[in-house]
Amino acid sequence: MSPFIALTFIAVAVLFILGIKLLGSPRSARLGNLLAGFGMLIALIATIPLLGSGDASLWQHGWSLNYTLMAVGIVIGLIIGAIGAYSVKMTAMPQMVAAFNGLGGGAAALVGSLEFLRRAHGMEDVAAAVTIPMLFATLIGSLSFSGSIIAYLKLEGKFEKPHTFPGQNFLNGLILLVILGLFGWLTFNATGGNAITAFIVMFSLTLLFGIAMVMPIGGADMPVVISLLNSFTGLAVAADGFAINNLAMVVAGTLVGSSGTLLTLLMCKAMNRPVTNVLFGAFGSGGGGGKSGADDLAGKSVKPIQADEAALLLAYAQRVVVVPGYGMAVAQAQHQVRELSDELGKRGVEVQFAIHPVAGRMPGHMNVLLAEANVPYDQLYEMEAINPSMDRVDVCLVIGANDVVNPAAREEKSSPIYGMPIIEADHAKTVIVMKRSMAKGFAGIENHLFYKDNTRMLFGDAKASLNALIAAVKAG
Amino acid sequence: MSTEILVFFIFVLSIFLGFELISKVPSMLHTPLMSGTNAIHGIILLGGMLVLADAGNTLTVALGFVAVVFGSANVFGGFMVTDRMLQMFKKKKK
Repeated sequence: MSPFIALTFIAVAVLFILGIKLLGSPRSARLGNLLAGFGMLIALIATIPLLGSGDASLWQHGWSLNYTLMAVGIVIGLIIGAIGAYSVKMTAMPQMVAAFNGLGGGAAALVGSLEFLRRAHGMEDVAAAVTIPMLFATLIGSLSFSGSIIAYLKLEGKFEKPHTFPGQNFLNGLILLVILGLFGWLTFNATGGNAITAFIVMFSLTLLFGIAMVMPIGGADMPVVISLLNSFTGLAVAADGFAINNLAMVVAGTLVGSSGTLLTLLMCKAMNRPVTNVLFGAFGSGGGGGKSGADDLAGKSVKPIQADEAALLLAYAQRVVVVPGYGMAVAQAQHQVRELSDELGKRGVEVQFAIHPVAGRMPGHMNVLLAEANVPYDQLYEMEAINPSMDRVDVCLVIGANDVVNPAAREEKSSPIYGMPIIEADHAKTVIVMKRSMAKGFAGIENHLFYKDNTRMLFGDAKASLNALIAAVKAG
Repeated sequence: MSTEILVFFIFVLSIFLGFELISKVPSMLHTPLMSGTNAIHGIILLGGMLVLADAGNTLTVALGFVAVVFGSANVFGGFMVTDRMLQMFKKKKK
Protein backbone atom coordinates (compact mmCIF):
# COMPACT_ATOMS: atom_id res chain seq x y z
CA MET A 1 0.00 0.00 0.00
CA SER A 2 1.45 3.34 -0.98
CA PRO A 3 1.93 5.95 1.77
CA PHE A 4 -0.63 8.21 0.11
CA ILE A 5 -3.35 5.56 0.25
CA ALA A 6 -2.37 4.68 3.81
CA LEU A 7 -2.77 8.34 4.82
CA THR A 8 -6.11 8.47 3.06
CA PHE A 9 -7.32 5.54 5.16
CA ILE A 10 -6.25 7.37 8.32
CA ALA A 11 -8.42 10.32 7.22
CA VAL A 12 -11.25 7.83 6.66
CA ALA A 13 -10.85 6.48 10.20
CA VAL A 14 -10.95 10.04 11.59
CA LEU A 15 -14.14 10.79 9.64
CA PHE A 16 -15.78 7.63 11.04
CA ILE A 17 -14.77 8.53 14.60
CA LEU A 18 -16.08 12.10 14.27
CA GLY A 19 -19.21 10.76 12.60
CA ILE A 20 -20.04 8.42 15.48
CA LYS A 21 -19.23 11.16 17.99
CA LEU A 22 -21.59 13.67 16.30
CA LEU A 23 -24.31 11.03 15.99
CA GLY A 24 -24.53 11.12 19.77
CA SER A 25 -26.17 14.55 20.00
CA PRO A 26 -29.50 15.61 18.46
CA ARG A 27 -28.17 18.84 16.95
CA SER A 28 -25.20 17.36 15.15
CA ALA A 29 -26.47 13.84 14.42
CA ARG A 30 -27.30 14.46 10.79
CA LEU A 31 -23.93 16.05 10.13
CA GLY A 32 -22.29 13.06 11.82
CA ASN A 33 -24.02 10.65 9.48
CA LEU A 34 -22.99 12.73 6.46
CA LEU A 35 -19.37 12.84 7.64
CA ALA A 36 -19.27 9.07 8.05
CA GLY A 37 -20.86 8.67 4.61
CA PHE A 38 -18.27 11.00 3.13
CA GLY A 39 -15.52 8.93 4.77
CA MET A 40 -17.02 5.82 3.21
CA LEU A 41 -16.97 7.39 -0.24
CA ILE A 42 -13.27 8.26 0.14
CA ALA A 43 -12.54 4.72 1.35
CA LEU A 44 -14.27 3.29 -1.74
CA ILE A 45 -12.29 5.47 -4.13
CA ALA A 46 -9.01 4.77 -2.33
CA THR A 47 -9.66 1.03 -2.68
CA ILE A 48 -9.70 1.11 -6.48
CA PRO A 49 -5.88 1.23 -6.86
CA LEU A 50 -5.62 -1.68 -4.39
CA LEU A 51 -7.78 -4.02 -6.44
CA GLY A 52 -6.20 -7.20 -7.72
CA SER A 53 -2.97 -8.68 -6.50
CA GLY A 54 -0.10 -9.92 -8.64
CA ASP A 55 -1.00 -10.84 -12.18
CA ALA A 56 -4.69 -10.06 -11.76
CA SER A 57 -4.01 -6.39 -11.09
CA LEU A 58 -6.28 -3.88 -12.75
CA TRP A 59 -3.33 -1.79 -13.87
CA GLN A 60 -1.33 -4.62 -15.37
CA HIS A 61 -4.01 -6.60 -17.14
CA GLY A 62 -6.62 -3.97 -17.64
CA TRP A 63 -10.35 -4.47 -17.37
CA SER A 64 -11.74 -7.94 -16.81
CA LEU A 65 -15.12 -9.54 -16.26
CA ASN A 66 -14.55 -9.30 -12.51
CA TYR A 67 -14.50 -5.51 -12.66
CA THR A 68 -17.63 -5.37 -14.77
CA LEU A 69 -19.37 -7.60 -12.21
CA MET A 70 -18.04 -5.39 -9.42
CA ALA A 71 -19.50 -2.24 -10.97
CA VAL A 72 -22.79 -3.99 -11.70
CA GLY A 73 -22.90 -5.40 -8.17
CA ILE A 74 -22.34 -2.00 -6.59
CA VAL A 75 -25.11 -0.45 -8.69
CA ILE A 76 -27.53 -3.29 -7.84
CA GLY A 77 -26.72 -2.87 -4.15
CA LEU A 78 -27.19 0.87 -4.43
CA ILE A 79 -30.62 0.40 -6.00
CA ILE A 80 -31.71 -2.19 -3.41
CA GLY A 81 -30.45 0.06 -0.61
CA ALA A 82 -32.12 3.20 -1.97
CA ILE A 83 -35.45 1.48 -2.54
CA GLY A 84 -35.30 -0.06 0.92
CA ALA A 85 -34.30 3.17 2.62
CA TYR A 86 -36.78 5.48 0.92
CA SER A 87 -39.82 3.26 0.52
CA VAL A 88 -39.94 2.03 4.09
CA LYS A 89 -42.50 3.61 6.39
CA MET A 90 -41.09 5.35 9.45
CA THR A 91 -42.79 2.75 11.61
CA ALA A 92 -40.87 -0.04 9.88
CA MET A 93 -37.41 1.49 10.38
CA PRO A 94 -36.27 -1.15 12.89
CA GLN A 95 -36.74 -4.04 10.49
CA MET A 96 -34.95 -2.09 7.77
CA VAL A 97 -31.92 -1.73 10.04
CA ALA A 98 -32.12 -5.47 10.71
CA ALA A 99 -32.23 -6.20 6.98
CA PHE A 100 -29.23 -4.02 6.14
CA ASN A 101 -27.33 -5.50 9.07
CA GLY A 102 -28.09 -9.01 7.82
CA LEU A 103 -26.75 -8.14 4.36
CA GLY A 104 -23.57 -6.72 5.90
CA GLY A 105 -23.16 -9.88 7.99
CA GLY A 106 -23.69 -12.02 4.89
CA ALA A 107 -21.07 -10.04 2.98
CA ALA A 108 -18.61 -10.38 5.88
CA ALA A 109 -19.17 -14.15 5.96
CA LEU A 110 -18.64 -14.44 2.20
CA VAL A 111 -15.44 -12.39 2.27
CA GLY A 112 -14.09 -14.58 5.08
CA SER A 113 -15.14 -17.76 3.23
CA LEU A 114 -13.60 -16.72 -0.09
CA GLU A 115 -10.34 -15.85 1.57
CA PHE A 116 -10.40 -19.19 3.38
CA LEU A 117 -11.25 -21.20 0.25
CA ARG A 118 -8.57 -19.44 -1.78
CA ARG A 119 -5.91 -20.44 0.73
CA ALA A 120 -7.33 -23.92 1.31
CA HIS A 121 -6.80 -24.66 -2.40
CA GLY A 122 -3.17 -23.59 -2.10
CA MET A 123 -0.26 -25.91 -1.39
CA GLU A 124 1.38 -24.25 1.57
CA ASP A 125 0.18 -24.47 5.17
CA VAL A 126 -1.58 -21.42 6.53
CA ALA A 127 -0.56 -19.99 9.90
CA ALA A 128 -3.15 -20.00 12.66
CA ALA A 129 -2.82 -16.21 13.04
CA VAL A 130 -4.21 -15.89 9.51
CA THR A 131 -6.80 -18.66 9.72
CA ILE A 132 -8.46 -17.52 12.94
CA PRO A 133 -9.65 -14.11 11.63
CA MET A 134 -11.05 -15.71 8.45
CA LEU A 135 -12.90 -18.40 10.40
CA PHE A 136 -14.09 -15.87 12.96
CA ALA A 137 -15.45 -13.53 10.27
CA THR A 138 -17.28 -16.40 8.59
CA LEU A 139 -18.72 -17.66 11.85
CA ILE A 140 -19.91 -14.32 13.27
CA GLY A 141 -20.95 -12.95 9.87
CA SER A 142 -23.19 -15.89 9.02
CA LEU A 143 -24.65 -15.90 12.53
CA SER A 144 -25.50 -12.23 12.09
CA PHE A 145 -26.95 -12.93 8.64
CA SER A 146 -29.41 -15.65 9.61
CA GLY A 147 -30.16 -14.06 13.01
CA SER A 148 -31.01 -10.72 11.37
CA ILE A 149 -33.36 -12.37 8.90
CA ILE A 150 -35.29 -13.95 11.76
CA ALA A 151 -35.30 -10.61 13.63
CA TYR A 152 -36.59 -8.92 10.47
CA LEU A 153 -39.39 -11.46 10.05
CA LYS A 154 -40.34 -11.20 13.71
CA LEU A 155 -40.63 -7.43 13.46
CA GLU A 156 -42.74 -7.89 10.33
CA GLY A 157 -45.12 -9.84 12.54
CA LYS A 158 -44.17 -13.37 11.48
CA PHE A 159 -43.77 -15.84 14.35
CA GLU A 160 -43.53 -12.98 16.80
CA LYS A 161 -43.96 -15.17 19.87
CA PRO A 162 -40.98 -16.91 21.41
CA HIS A 163 -40.59 -20.44 20.01
CA THR A 164 -39.35 -22.98 22.49
CA PHE A 165 -39.39 -26.73 22.79
CA PRO A 166 -38.06 -29.17 25.37
CA GLY A 167 -34.37 -29.85 25.02
CA GLN A 168 -33.81 -26.71 22.96
CA ASN A 169 -31.09 -25.49 25.25
CA PHE A 170 -29.32 -28.82 24.96
CA LEU A 171 -29.64 -28.97 21.17
CA ASN A 172 -28.39 -25.40 20.71
CA GLY A 173 -25.49 -26.10 23.04
CA LEU A 174 -24.66 -29.21 21.03
CA ILE A 175 -24.69 -27.31 17.72
CA LEU A 176 -22.49 -24.64 19.24
CA LEU A 177 -20.03 -27.25 20.51
CA VAL A 178 -19.77 -28.85 17.05
CA ILE A 179 -19.22 -25.41 15.48
CA LEU A 180 -16.48 -24.56 17.96
CA GLY A 181 -14.91 -27.97 17.49
CA LEU A 182 -14.76 -27.50 13.72
CA PHE A 183 -13.39 -24.00 14.27
CA GLY A 184 -10.60 -25.39 16.42
CA TRP A 185 -9.78 -28.19 14.00
CA LEU A 186 -9.79 -25.89 10.97
CA THR A 187 -7.47 -23.45 12.71
CA PHE A 188 -4.65 -25.96 12.38
CA ASN A 189 -5.80 -27.90 9.31
CA ALA A 190 -6.69 -25.17 6.88
CA THR A 191 -5.70 -26.78 3.59
CA GLY A 192 -6.97 -29.66 1.48
CA GLY A 193 -10.30 -31.27 0.64
CA ASN A 194 -11.18 -32.26 4.22
CA ALA A 195 -10.73 -28.67 5.30
CA ILE A 196 -13.14 -27.47 2.64
CA THR A 197 -15.78 -30.04 3.65
CA ALA A 198 -15.40 -29.18 7.34
CA PHE A 199 -15.62 -25.51 6.46
CA ILE A 200 -18.90 -25.93 4.58
CA VAL A 201 -20.36 -27.94 7.47
CA MET A 202 -19.32 -25.21 9.92
CA PHE A 203 -20.84 -22.50 7.71
CA SER A 204 -24.18 -24.32 7.41
CA LEU A 205 -24.37 -25.13 11.11
CA THR A 206 -23.69 -21.49 11.99
CA LEU A 207 -26.51 -20.29 9.74
CA LEU A 208 -28.75 -22.77 11.55
CA PHE A 209 -27.48 -21.63 14.93
CA GLY A 210 -28.32 -17.99 14.10
CA ILE A 211 -31.93 -19.02 13.48
CA ALA A 212 -32.04 -21.20 16.59
CA MET A 213 -30.62 -18.38 18.70
CA VAL A 214 -33.17 -15.72 17.73
CA MET A 215 -36.32 -17.89 17.37
CA PRO A 216 -36.91 -18.24 21.13
CA ILE A 217 -36.69 -14.48 21.72
CA GLY A 218 -39.92 -12.46 21.75
CA GLY A 219 -40.68 -9.65 19.30
CA ALA A 220 -40.39 -7.02 22.04
CA ASP A 221 -36.73 -7.82 22.57
CA MET A 222 -35.77 -7.59 18.90
CA PRO A 223 -34.17 -4.10 19.27
CA VAL A 224 -31.65 -5.56 21.70
CA VAL A 225 -31.06 -8.52 19.40
CA ILE A 226 -30.54 -6.27 16.37
CA SER A 227 -28.16 -4.06 18.30
CA LEU A 228 -26.19 -7.13 19.37
CA LEU A 229 -26.11 -8.58 15.86
CA ASN A 230 -25.05 -5.14 14.59
CA SER A 231 -22.01 -5.23 16.85
CA PHE A 232 -21.38 -8.84 15.75
CA THR A 233 -21.27 -7.76 12.12
CA GLY A 234 -18.84 -5.02 13.10
CA LEU A 235 -16.52 -7.59 14.67
CA ALA A 236 -16.82 -9.87 11.64
CA VAL A 237 -15.83 -6.95 9.39
CA ALA A 238 -12.86 -6.20 11.65
CA ALA A 239 -11.78 -9.85 11.43
CA ASP A 240 -12.04 -9.69 7.64
CA GLY A 241 -9.85 -6.60 7.81
CA PHE A 242 -7.23 -8.71 9.62
CA ALA A 243 -7.54 -11.49 7.05
CA ILE A 244 -7.13 -9.33 3.97
CA ASN A 245 -4.88 -6.80 5.66
CA ASN A 246 -7.10 -3.73 5.34
CA LEU A 247 -6.73 -1.34 8.27
CA ALA A 248 -9.78 0.79 7.43
CA MET A 249 -11.94 -2.32 7.83
CA VAL A 250 -10.26 -3.21 11.12
CA VAL A 251 -10.84 0.24 12.60
CA ALA A 252 -14.39 0.75 11.28
CA GLY A 253 -15.47 -2.79 12.20
CA THR A 254 -14.02 -2.60 15.69
CA LEU A 255 -15.61 0.80 16.38
CA VAL A 256 -18.99 -0.62 15.42
CA GLY A 257 -18.34 -3.77 17.42
CA SER A 258 -17.49 -2.02 20.66
CA SER A 259 -19.93 0.87 20.42
CA GLY A 260 -22.64 -1.61 19.43
CA THR A 261 -21.89 -3.77 22.47
CA LEU A 262 -22.15 -0.75 24.75
CA LEU A 263 -25.39 0.34 23.05
CA THR A 264 -26.83 -3.14 23.61
CA LEU A 265 -25.98 -2.94 27.29
CA LEU A 266 -27.51 0.58 27.54
CA MET A 267 -30.75 -0.71 26.00
CA CYS A 268 -30.91 -3.59 28.45
CA LYS A 269 -30.24 -1.18 31.28
CA ALA A 270 -33.20 0.96 30.17
CA MET A 271 -35.37 -2.14 30.60
CA ASN A 272 -33.59 -3.03 33.82
CA ARG A 273 -32.79 -6.52 32.58
CA PRO A 274 -29.42 -8.17 32.24
CA VAL A 275 -28.52 -9.00 28.65
CA THR A 276 -28.42 -12.73 29.41
CA ASN A 277 -32.04 -12.52 30.51
CA VAL A 278 -33.04 -10.98 27.18
CA LEU A 279 -31.15 -13.56 25.12
CA PHE A 280 -31.91 -16.68 27.12
CA GLY A 281 -34.92 -15.57 29.17
CA ALA A 282 -37.42 -17.57 27.14
CA PHE A 283 -35.59 -20.77 28.03
CA GLY A 284 -36.25 -20.36 31.72
CA SER A 285 -39.49 -21.12 33.51
CA GLY A 286 -40.43 -17.46 34.01
CA GLY A 287 -43.79 -18.05 32.29
CA GLY A 288 -45.72 -18.47 35.55
CA GLY A 289 -45.25 -14.88 36.67
CA GLY A 290 -48.27 -13.38 34.98
CA LYS A 291 -50.73 -15.80 36.55
CA SER A 292 -50.95 -14.41 40.05
CA GLY A 293 -51.68 -10.99 38.60
CA ALA A 294 -54.63 -12.34 36.69
CA ASP A 295 -56.06 -13.88 39.88
CA ASP A 296 -55.90 -10.55 41.69
CA LEU A 297 -57.86 -8.98 38.92
CA ALA A 298 -60.68 -11.54 39.01
CA GLY A 299 -63.94 -9.72 39.61
CA LYS A 300 -62.53 -6.33 38.71
CA SER A 301 -63.65 -4.69 35.53
CA VAL A 302 -62.47 -1.86 33.35
CA LYS A 303 -64.41 1.37 32.82
CA PRO A 304 -64.90 2.32 29.20
CA ILE A 305 -65.30 5.94 28.13
CA GLN A 306 -66.62 7.56 24.95
CA ALA A 307 -64.67 10.04 22.85
CA ASP A 308 -66.98 12.99 23.72
CA GLU A 309 -66.48 12.60 27.42
CA ALA A 310 -62.75 12.03 27.04
CA ALA A 311 -62.50 15.20 24.95
CA LEU A 312 -64.24 17.14 27.71
CA LEU A 313 -61.77 15.86 30.30
CA LEU A 314 -58.85 16.85 28.07
CA ALA A 315 -60.17 20.25 27.07
CA TYR A 316 -60.73 21.35 30.66
CA ALA A 317 -57.48 20.00 32.02
CA GLN A 318 -54.56 22.25 32.86
CA ARG A 319 -51.82 19.78 32.24
CA VAL A 320 -52.00 16.75 29.96
CA VAL A 321 -49.25 14.17 29.52
CA VAL A 322 -49.32 11.93 26.46
CA VAL A 323 -47.65 8.53 26.68
CA PRO A 324 -47.24 7.10 23.18
CA GLY A 325 -46.46 3.45 22.51
CA TYR A 326 -46.28 0.90 19.77
CA GLY A 327 -50.06 1.15 19.18
CA MET A 328 -49.58 4.70 17.96
CA ALA A 329 -46.92 3.51 15.51
CA VAL A 330 -49.12 0.69 14.20
CA ALA A 331 -52.07 3.01 13.68
CA GLN A 332 -49.77 5.62 12.04
CA ALA A 333 -51.49 8.08 14.37
CA GLN A 334 -48.59 10.44 15.08
CA HIS A 335 -50.07 13.24 12.94
CA GLN A 336 -53.41 13.01 14.75
CA VAL A 337 -51.55 13.12 18.06
CA ARG A 338 -49.87 16.35 16.98
CA GLU A 339 -53.19 17.83 15.83
CA LEU A 340 -54.87 16.98 19.13
CA SER A 341 -51.93 18.45 21.02
CA ASP A 342 -52.17 21.66 18.93
CA GLU A 343 -55.92 21.95 19.53
CA LEU A 344 -55.45 21.51 23.27
CA GLY A 345 -52.57 23.98 23.20
CA LYS A 346 -54.86 26.59 21.60
CA ARG A 347 -57.24 26.17 24.51
CA GLY A 348 -54.43 26.84 26.96
CA VAL A 349 -53.82 23.27 28.03
CA GLU A 350 -50.20 22.44 28.72
CA VAL A 351 -49.38 19.31 26.73
CA GLN A 352 -46.27 17.24 27.34
CA PHE A 353 -45.12 13.95 25.86
CA ALA A 354 -43.54 11.33 28.09
CA ILE A 355 -41.22 9.00 26.22
CA HIS A 356 -40.23 5.72 27.80
CA PRO A 357 -36.77 4.61 26.70
CA VAL A 358 -38.11 1.35 25.24
CA ALA A 359 -41.54 2.52 24.06
CA GLY A 360 -42.27 1.19 20.60
CA ARG A 361 -39.95 -1.37 19.18
CA MET A 362 -36.70 0.56 19.28
CA PRO A 363 -35.28 3.17 21.62
CA GLY A 364 -36.05 6.53 20.06
CA HIS A 365 -38.84 5.02 17.94
CA MET A 366 -41.43 7.40 19.42
CA ASN A 367 -39.13 10.41 19.09
CA VAL A 368 -38.67 9.72 15.42
CA LEU A 369 -42.40 9.35 14.79
CA LEU A 370 -43.38 12.44 16.76
CA ALA A 371 -40.63 14.44 15.09
CA GLU A 372 -41.99 13.27 11.74
CA ALA A 373 -45.32 14.81 12.75
CA ASN A 374 -43.52 18.05 13.72
CA VAL A 375 -44.04 17.80 17.44
CA PRO A 376 -41.42 20.25 18.77
CA TYR A 377 -38.88 18.30 20.72
CA ASP A 378 -38.95 20.64 23.70
CA GLN A 379 -42.38 19.10 24.36
CA LEU A 380 -40.84 15.64 24.64
CA TYR A 381 -39.75 14.53 28.08
CA GLU A 382 -37.78 11.48 29.07
CA MET A 383 -39.21 9.19 31.71
CA GLU A 384 -36.94 10.40 34.54
CA ALA A 385 -37.81 14.03 33.80
CA ILE A 386 -41.57 13.58 33.91
CA ASN A 387 -42.10 10.99 36.65
CA PRO A 388 -41.53 13.30 39.67
CA SER A 389 -44.39 15.57 38.56
CA MET A 390 -46.85 12.90 37.42
CA ASP A 391 -49.07 13.42 40.48
CA ARG A 392 -49.73 16.99 39.33
CA VAL A 393 -51.02 15.87 35.95
CA ASP A 394 -54.75 16.21 35.31
CA VAL A 395 -55.06 13.76 32.44
CA CYS A 396 -52.56 11.19 31.30
CA LEU A 397 -53.41 10.01 27.79
CA VAL A 398 -51.89 6.61 27.06
CA ILE A 399 -51.90 5.93 23.31
CA GLY A 400 -51.15 2.33 22.48
CA ALA A 401 -48.60 1.88 25.26
CA ASN A 402 -48.92 -1.02 27.64
CA ASP A 403 -46.01 -2.62 29.48
CA VAL A 404 -44.19 0.71 29.92
CA VAL A 405 -47.03 2.03 32.11
CA ASN A 406 -47.80 -1.20 33.95
CA PRO A 407 -47.59 -0.61 37.72
CA ALA A 408 -46.86 -4.32 38.17
CA ALA A 409 -43.26 -3.44 37.35
CA ARG A 410 -43.24 -1.49 40.61
CA GLU A 411 -45.62 -3.44 42.81
CA GLU A 412 -45.53 -7.11 41.97
CA LYS A 413 -42.38 -9.07 42.64
CA SER A 414 -43.50 -12.14 40.67
CA SER A 415 -44.12 -10.16 37.49
CA PRO A 416 -41.68 -10.80 34.63
CA ILE A 417 -41.27 -7.05 34.20
CA TYR A 418 -40.74 -6.39 37.93
CA GLY A 419 -38.04 -3.78 38.39
CA MET A 420 -38.37 -2.21 34.96
CA PRO A 421 -38.66 1.56 35.32
CA ILE A 422 -42.09 2.73 34.12
CA ILE A 423 -43.82 6.01 33.38
CA GLU A 424 -46.02 6.46 36.43
CA ALA A 425 -49.22 7.11 34.52
CA ASP A 426 -51.31 5.81 37.45
CA HIS A 427 -50.24 8.81 39.55
CA ALA A 428 -52.16 11.22 37.30
CA LYS A 429 -55.61 12.34 38.45
CA THR A 430 -57.25 10.66 35.48
CA VAL A 431 -55.79 8.18 33.03
CA ILE A 432 -57.31 7.67 29.59
CA VAL A 433 -56.00 4.56 27.87
CA MET A 434 -56.53 4.30 24.11
CA LYS A 435 -56.34 0.71 23.05
CA ARG A 436 -57.76 -1.56 20.37
CA SER A 437 -58.74 -4.36 22.73
CA MET A 438 -57.83 -5.85 26.06
CA ALA A 439 -55.00 -7.80 24.43
CA LYS A 440 -51.81 -8.03 26.41
CA GLY A 441 -48.57 -6.21 25.63
CA PHE A 442 -45.34 -7.80 24.51
CA ALA A 443 -44.55 -9.07 27.97
CA GLY A 444 -47.80 -11.05 27.78
CA ILE A 445 -49.07 -9.97 31.18
CA GLU A 446 -52.16 -8.21 32.54
CA ASN A 447 -51.87 -4.48 33.05
CA HIS A 448 -53.19 -3.41 36.47
CA LEU A 449 -53.35 0.18 35.30
CA PHE A 450 -56.42 -0.63 33.21
CA TYR A 451 -58.32 -1.73 36.31
CA LYS A 452 -57.56 1.25 38.53
CA ASP A 453 -60.41 3.48 39.71
CA ASN A 454 -59.02 6.57 37.98
CA THR A 455 -58.52 4.82 34.63
CA ARG A 456 -60.92 5.04 31.68
CA MET A 457 -60.56 2.90 28.57
CA LEU A 458 -61.17 4.41 25.14
CA PHE A 459 -61.41 1.36 22.88
CA GLY A 460 -60.77 1.51 19.15
CA ASP A 461 -58.07 2.11 16.57
CA ALA A 462 -55.84 4.93 17.82
CA LYS A 463 -56.21 6.95 14.65
CA ALA A 464 -60.01 6.75 14.58
CA SER A 465 -60.28 7.53 18.30
CA LEU A 466 -57.96 10.50 17.97
CA ASN A 467 -59.96 11.89 15.06
CA ALA A 468 -63.09 11.63 17.17
CA LEU A 469 -61.30 13.37 20.05
CA ILE A 470 -60.05 16.16 17.80
CA ALA A 471 -63.54 16.75 16.39
CA ALA A 472 -65.04 16.78 19.87
CA VAL A 473 -62.42 19.19 21.26
CA LYS A 474 -62.95 21.53 18.29
CA ALA A 475 -66.70 21.43 18.77
CA GLY A 476 -66.49 21.93 22.52
CA MET B 1 7.19 -5.61 15.79
CA SER B 2 5.32 -7.69 13.25
CA THR B 3 2.45 -6.29 11.22
CA GLU B 4 -0.04 -8.63 12.91
CA ILE B 5 0.87 -7.24 16.33
CA LEU B 6 0.54 -3.65 15.10
CA VAL B 7 -2.88 -4.35 13.63
CA PHE B 8 -3.88 -6.06 16.86
CA PHE B 9 -2.71 -2.98 18.77
CA ILE B 10 -4.94 -0.77 16.62
CA PHE B 11 -7.80 -3.22 17.18
CA VAL B 12 -7.48 -2.97 20.97
CA LEU B 13 -7.30 0.84 20.90
CA SER B 14 -10.39 0.95 18.67
CA ILE B 15 -12.35 -1.13 21.17
CA PHE B 16 -11.78 1.46 23.88
CA LEU B 17 -12.47 4.32 21.49
CA GLY B 18 -15.82 2.77 20.51
CA PHE B 19 -16.86 2.54 24.17
CA GLU B 20 -15.82 6.13 24.89
CA LEU B 21 -17.57 7.57 21.85
CA ILE B 22 -21.10 6.61 22.83
CA SER B 23 -20.98 6.46 26.60
CA LYS B 24 -23.28 9.50 26.95
CA VAL B 25 -25.94 9.26 24.29
CA PRO B 26 -29.59 10.14 25.05
CA SER B 27 -31.93 7.20 24.48
CA MET B 28 -33.83 9.07 21.74
CA LEU B 29 -30.71 8.73 19.58
CA HIS B 30 -30.14 5.03 20.19
CA THR B 31 -31.95 3.95 17.03
CA PRO B 32 -30.25 6.45 14.67
CA LEU B 33 -26.91 5.59 16.27
CA MET B 34 -27.49 1.88 15.74
CA SER B 35 -28.47 2.61 12.16
CA GLY B 36 -25.47 4.87 11.60
CA THR B 37 -22.97 2.33 12.92
CA ASN B 38 -24.81 -0.29 10.87
CA ALA B 39 -23.95 1.77 7.79
CA ILE B 40 -20.32 2.07 8.87
CA HIS B 41 -19.82 -1.68 8.94
CA GLY B 42 -20.93 -1.53 5.32
CA ILE B 43 -17.23 -0.92 4.73
CA ILE B 44 -17.28 -4.69 4.14
CA LEU B 45 -18.05 -3.61 0.56
CA LEU B 46 -14.32 -2.86 0.27
CA GLY B 47 -13.55 -6.41 1.32
CA GLY B 48 -16.04 -7.74 -1.21
CA MET B 49 -14.42 -5.69 -3.98
CA LEU B 50 -10.94 -6.86 -3.02
CA VAL B 51 -11.84 -10.57 -2.98
CA LEU B 52 -13.89 -10.31 -6.18
CA ALA B 53 -10.89 -8.74 -7.94
CA ASP B 54 -8.83 -11.80 -6.98
CA ALA B 55 -11.52 -14.40 -7.68
CA GLY B 56 -10.43 -16.98 -10.28
CA ASN B 57 -13.18 -19.56 -10.85
CA THR B 58 -16.92 -19.35 -11.44
CA LEU B 59 -17.87 -20.21 -7.85
CA THR B 60 -15.62 -17.62 -6.22
CA VAL B 61 -16.60 -14.96 -8.76
CA ALA B 62 -20.28 -15.65 -8.05
CA LEU B 63 -19.79 -15.54 -4.27
CA GLY B 64 -17.66 -12.40 -4.56
CA PHE B 65 -20.37 -10.79 -6.66
CA VAL B 66 -23.00 -11.59 -4.01
CA ALA B 67 -20.68 -10.14 -1.33
CA VAL B 68 -20.38 -6.91 -3.34
CA VAL B 69 -24.16 -6.63 -3.80
CA PHE B 70 -24.78 -7.28 -0.08
CA GLY B 71 -22.06 -4.88 1.03
CA SER B 72 -23.24 -2.18 -1.36
CA ALA B 73 -26.85 -2.48 -0.16
CA ASN B 74 -25.63 -2.35 3.46
CA VAL B 75 -23.54 0.77 2.98
CA PHE B 76 -25.80 2.84 0.72
CA GLY B 77 -29.08 1.75 2.29
CA GLY B 78 -27.61 2.20 5.76
CA PHE B 79 -26.55 5.80 5.29
CA MET B 80 -29.73 6.73 3.46
CA VAL B 81 -32.07 5.23 6.05
CA THR B 82 -30.12 6.93 8.86
CA ASP B 83 -30.32 10.26 7.09
CA ARG B 84 -34.06 9.81 6.67
CA MET B 85 -34.46 9.17 10.38
CA LEU B 86 -32.34 12.16 11.32
CA GLN B 87 -34.19 14.51 8.99
CA MET B 88 -37.05 14.12 11.45
CA PHE B 89 -35.01 15.74 14.20
CA LYS B 90 -34.90 19.12 12.49
CA LYS B 91 -35.68 21.89 14.90
CA LYS B 92 -39.12 23.28 14.32
CA LYS B 93 -39.09 26.87 13.11
CA LYS B 94 -41.44 29.15 14.92
